[in-house]
Amino acid sequence: MVIFFIIQSLSVNTKVKGDFDFMDQKEYAKKVKETAPASALFRNCLKAFFVGGAVCLLGEGLFTLFARLGAAEKEASTWVCISLIALTAMLTGIGVFDKIAKHAGAGTMVPITGFANAVVSPAVEYQTEGRITGAAVKMFSIAGPVIVFGCSAASLYGFIFYFFLMR
Amino acid sequence: MKRIGKYVKAFSTPPVVAAFASSVGKTEGEGPLCQWFDVVNPDDGVGCGTWEHAEAQLVKQAVERAAEKGGVPVSSISIAFAGDLLNQCTASTFGLKDAGIPVAGLFGACSTFALALALSAASVDTGFAEKALAVSSSHFCSAEKQFRYPLEYGGQRTPTAQRTVTGAGAAIVDVSLKGVKITHGMIGRITDYGVCDMSNMGAAMAPAAARTIADFMDDTGMKPADFDMILTGDLGSVGSKLMRELILSERGYDLGGVHADCGNMIFDAKKQDVHAGGSGCGCSASVLCGPVFSDIAAGRLKKVLFAGTGALMSPLTALQGDPIPAVAHAVLLCS
Repeated sequence: MVIFFIIQSLSVNTKVKGDFDFMDQKEYAKKVKETAPASALFRNCLKAFFVGGAVCLLGEGLFTLFARLGAAEKEASTWVCISLIALTAMLTGIGVFDKIAKHAGAGTMVPITGFANAVVSPAVEYQTEGRITGAAVKMFSIAGPVIVFGCSAASLYGFIFYFFLMR
Repeated sequence: MKRIGKYVKAFSTPPVVAAFASSVGKTEGEGPLCQWFDVVNPDDGVGCGTWEHAEAQLVKQAVERAAEKGGVPVSSISIAFAGDLLNQCTASTFGLKDAGIPVAGLFGACSTFALALALSAASVDTGFAEKALAVSSSHFCSAEKQFRYPLEYGGQRTPTAQRTVTGAGAAIVDVSLKGVKITHGMIGRITDYGVCDMSNMGAAMAPAAARTIADFMDDTGMKPADFDMILTGDLGSVGSKLMRELILSERGYDLGGVHADCGNMIFDAKKQDVHAGGSGCGCSASVLCGPVFSDIAAGRLKKVLFAGTGALMSPLTALQGDPIPAVAHAVLLCS
């Protein structure tokens, strides 16, 4: 009797608990991976590369323009950021930016254009919930981590610089 | 009502879908099923100030049109079984609040229409309702706002992602003699296969669909060849493949040739940018209350097993790292 029960317990199957008749979760996960169509990785990388490059090229062009107009280097850089943010905000507001980004991917997300879009798009979306309780509250729902971790990192490096590196 | 096997209920005098109507948005109106929808809105805003109100308006359009087609006033409905994807099912509430009829709010995610049909049929069969209304809706914009990202956000969607259908379907179920008969109903069990990928709902729902369909056939003794169509709600192209493989390898049922999916039918995946197909409560609701009920009523389809599929997660559970459990409810529709 004891031996019988030992044999029974040893032959317990390795499937997920419950009366599941199916393959176990690891096997299913493998099947899901095999079935899911893959993204066109090379084509996406190429598009991201060229669009990202184009954004940076635009930035350089604007920098040269502002420098020619008399701005000092640091000032001209700031003006470039302002211009790119303004352009992104406008394109987001008229519903064009997401159509570009669909193809560009990281090409529009990584430069400052991505941050601007991440702030403007929820501001537009949540207008219906009011300017204060909607748009203003939700404005940083996507970009919030950028501000939190950017400021935290800056504070940390500033601390290290002040106490350890400054002589 | 009689219990067949473990989960299936057979209705004594099959309740009938006496009238039905569907109301859809712009992209659905440009799809292959456009001629079957009663109302095609050229603008997804449907003349409303918010996406949520637009979805409520779709519900209202479908219900009023169904009542019109059935030649009955909306007020004659004894109980409406209604649900949608929005928090607290507000599209159904705001769409039905002026109708002045009893409303039972439901949540089954994208399986809500199947759930509503099953409960409507059960209510009519038992006399709990003389005339029941099954209605369900979804809206691409309101769903994106709740579950994913703002519409203008420049993110990319994976090839496995599906597009939430902007649409609603309403079906009036009663003891008429003429119309689509609901002969059997089954409420499904929640199935969790450890899928955590929010952009692959098809994979999350496929095990639930396979389980419900297999349980239905096990209980009734029917085989795939007995049906003209085994129709799932919104598995999409990826989920459909997974479900067919699962149900064959694990339960021995070969659905090849007889399986169709509303998510694959409502859009043209080659011409429209919908990735893995349509999804949402409105997907199965509008496809059923459009071409499918029409085909069954006309006798072009004689026996259709409809299994609506729903992914039962929330934005919070996804953030907390929980997997996506799913459910599938089924009804057998006969001409």
